[in-house]
Amino acid sequence: MKRRVELQEGADLDGFRRAARALFAGQVPPEDIVWTTGGIPALFGEGQVPEAPRLALPRAVADLVGLVVCHRDPERYALLYALIWRVLHGERDLLTLASDPLVHRLAMMAKTIRRDVHKMHAFVRFRAVPADGGEHFVAWFEPDHFVLALAAPFFVDRFRGMRWSILTPVGSLHWDTVALAIGPAADRRDAAGGDIIEESWRGYYESAFNPARVNPALMRAEMPKRYWRNLPEANLIPGLVRSAASRVGEMTERAAVPSAKRNPEKAVAAMSDQDPKTLEALNSLIAASEPMVKGGTRAVLGEGPIGADIAFVGEQPGDQEDIEGRPFVGPAGVMLDRAMREVGIARSRVYVTNAVKHFKYEQRGKRRLHQSPTAGEVKHYRWWLMRELAFVEPKLVVALGATAVLALTGKALPVTRMRGPHELGGHKGFITVHPSYLLRIPDPSAKEAAYAQFLDDLSAVRALSAEVER
Amino acid sequence: MAQSSLDKLRILADAAKYDASCASSGAEKRIAKPGGIGSTTGSGICHSYTPDGRCVSLLKILLTNYCLFDCAYCINRRSSNVRRARFSVDEVVDLTLGFYKRNYIEGLFLSSGIIRSPDYTMEQMMLVARKLRRDHGFAGYIHLKAIPEASPWLLEQAGLFADRMSVNIELASDVSLKRLAPEKDSRSISSAMGQMSERIAEAREERRSFAPAGQSTQMIVGADETTDEAVLRTSATLYSEYRLKRVYYSAFSPIPEASPNLPVKAPPLRRENRLYQADWLLRFYGFTVEEIAAGGEGGMLDLRIDPKLAYALKHRERFPVDVNSADRELLLRVPGLGSRAVDKIIASRRQTRLRWEDVARLSGGLRRARVFLVTADHHPARLIDRADLRDRLTPPARQLNLFE
Repeated sequence: MKRRVELQEGADLDGFRRAARALFAGQVPPEDIVWTTGGIPALFGEGQVPEAPRLALPRAVADLVGLVVCHRDPERYALLYALIWRVLHGERDLLTLASDPLVHRLAMMAKTIRRDVHKMHAFVRFRAVPADGGEHFVAWFEPDHFVLALAAPFFVDRFRGMRWSILTPVGSLHWDTVALAIGPAADRRDAAGGDIIEESWRGYYESAFNPARVNPALMRAEMPKRYWRNLPEANLIPGLVRSAASRVGEMTERAAVPSAKRNPEKAVAAMSDQDPKTLEALNSLIAASEPMVKGGTRAVLGEGPIGADIAFVGEQPGDQEDIEGRPFVGPAGVMLDRAMREVGIARSRVYVTNAVKHFKYEQRGKRRLHQSPTAGEVKHYRWWLMRELAFVEPKLVVALGATAVLALTGKALPVTRMRGPHELGGHKGFITVHPSYLLRIPDPSAKEAAYAQFLDDLSAVRALSAEVER
Repeated sequence: MAQSSLDKLRILADAAKYDASCASSGAEKRIAKPGGIGSTTGSGICHSYTPDGRCVSLLKILLTNYCLFDCAYCINRRSSNVRRARFSVDEVVDLTLGFYKRNYIEGLFLSSGIIRSPDYTMEQMMLVARKLRRDHGFAGYIHLKAIPEASPWLLEQAGLFADRMSVNIELASDVSLKRLAPEKDSRSISSAMGQMSERIAEAREERRSFAPAGQSTQMIVGADETTDEAVLRTSATLYSEYRLKRVYYSAFSPIPEASPNLPVKAPPLRRENRLYQADWLLRFYGFTVEEIAAGGEGGMLDLRIDPKLAYALKHRERFPVDVNSADRELLLRVPGLGSRAVDKIIASRRQTRLRWEDVARLSGGLRRARVFLVTADHHPARLIDRADLRDRLTPPARQLNLFE
């Protein structure tokens, strides 16, 4: 005797799941079942059948069921049960056998559903309606299948900050910027009328069409006519197609007209003349740019007179520098100042700057921990540093530490071995350690020795800069 | 929108329509944060189609169609008499958001004529992207057309906000570029491309976001005598050397007030179509440029049949191929079998011996495969030697329907 199973109208995934579990538990074969929809569940209504054990289906089969139940085909449940029956009777990998007629048919149905969801994502058109405290966006849409729930997450993810409703003949979705509600079927007349932006959209659509390439068949294949009545741009189509030929004719006719001439030399000259002209102009570019390291809050620019004898290049601003917006004002800056004083270099007469213009740090509780810039990050800032030095034109450039050396030369060189005079990126230069290195030495006597060596370096720097002729 | 703004929109959309690329695919997946709007799905969505069959997925406009350059193929060249307009940064931002909130578009594709200086122009474009991202929490797709002559730091900044950056190569050879765009410099184009591909690679290594959807370009086809083979050779170089995501081919389209340096007639759109097919074979089917070009004559692809069929007809000794035993590489060369059909064939034949009707369920375009494929119940042995094979497989010339 045939078993009759009645499920609810629409995509009754829960009903089907309950029924399939119960039927399989009773080992009822597919050919003994008649599946119908559209009524109150008869055989497997609430409470009538005890919950049967779950079916151990491969993930791909469960996914396929979730898609195919949304199809309008009245045979969908019978086909799905037949698939489940076979999968659980020894054909576990059935879905990979794409050439099987049942697998193929279900795959085509799943494809139809995916396409329907996709078309809903594409062709829903919201209209803004004034509402308390802002706007409410309302759309009317007619999907071919029962895909409302499948399509919903896309709209939530995308239009999170908006209040919107999508009304369809099989149900409705409502989002209030926090939660999604699924509501009853709606009527076309419930949807809002025009929206002022539609005129712009139609203007855009018309202008984006190139009449020289008219191909309405291709258009209809991708945007079938049944969607047109809810698309504000669609009623422009017949006119655009009709006028295409004459518009192309006009275009090619107009080709004969010689066009106005303007002087190309000025234009080309204007194009090549675009680099910043002053250090100030360069600095305002740097200040306006996004940090290219993580964490930087503001650019810390170089400081000192143009034409200074010596330019010191450090690594990057630290916590203190970031707060004050000035280079070398933190502990390492204090150390550098002291050393300069001791060898007789006046801070006010040198130029100090950093290879990287932003403070790269990691937030640990309330502390902002310094992080070294990567070679890539140093490279991003190199363009600015080299132009900066070109404006300052120092006699001697001093690289403080490995990062500065990398920024100036483009190469990673060992500071301790290279210590001393070197050419640095086209400038006469000198390599020494970064003063923060001195701060980190724990042993007092080693620290003192290192500081003495740093003083020697700075003396050499002073002597060298005095030697250089401009 | 004020009438003057609508006018500007029409002018600046019209000016952008000759660039063929419109895809919004390949972006990393993103969803809007609370209070924000915008998402990217990874595959892109065409929200509409124009009567030329092209998809509308992005608001594709120019910031301005004023331009200092005078490239013969471009409607916006300095010496053309088209109407000019210019958007402000805020106008573009408002328009993008207005369209996006109504689900008309996936995002913005912003290009521009070059005004004042390349840096100034590039900066304006970057500011649009920055404003969308930072001030409006916009997480939709942004494609910026890079100005090759702009400073590296600006391209770098732009890449922080854009999903895709592209530099248009426009013409396949330096010679063509010199003739049709005398003020453009092929070196600045390739250096911008090189720089971009370096930045993208670096960012990937450092797990930062920089134009995550990669780099693309466009080439105009048919504005001069460059052959298809030369075009494809340039593409192959772009794919391998600069790791471009896509090369778009745009059949030279008649433009109003065209320069006298240009052909009056457009090349057949079919040529563009064949180049896309060939490009596909290059990227996904392991064909070389030589193999593809050998299917045609004198460096031009056969306009009557697709490049894969042309290849098979010239290499009949390799066919027919047995669907139940051939390597993937060989199956991919069978006309009418796409890469997804081949994957399904390989998965299915582990469990069963495939007959003709099984294969027919796996592939949509099997009619053309008939003489090239052996199945358990189908052996086209002799057909392969027939002299009239090419004609039998060439679709009949189609009479265009006047009432379409």
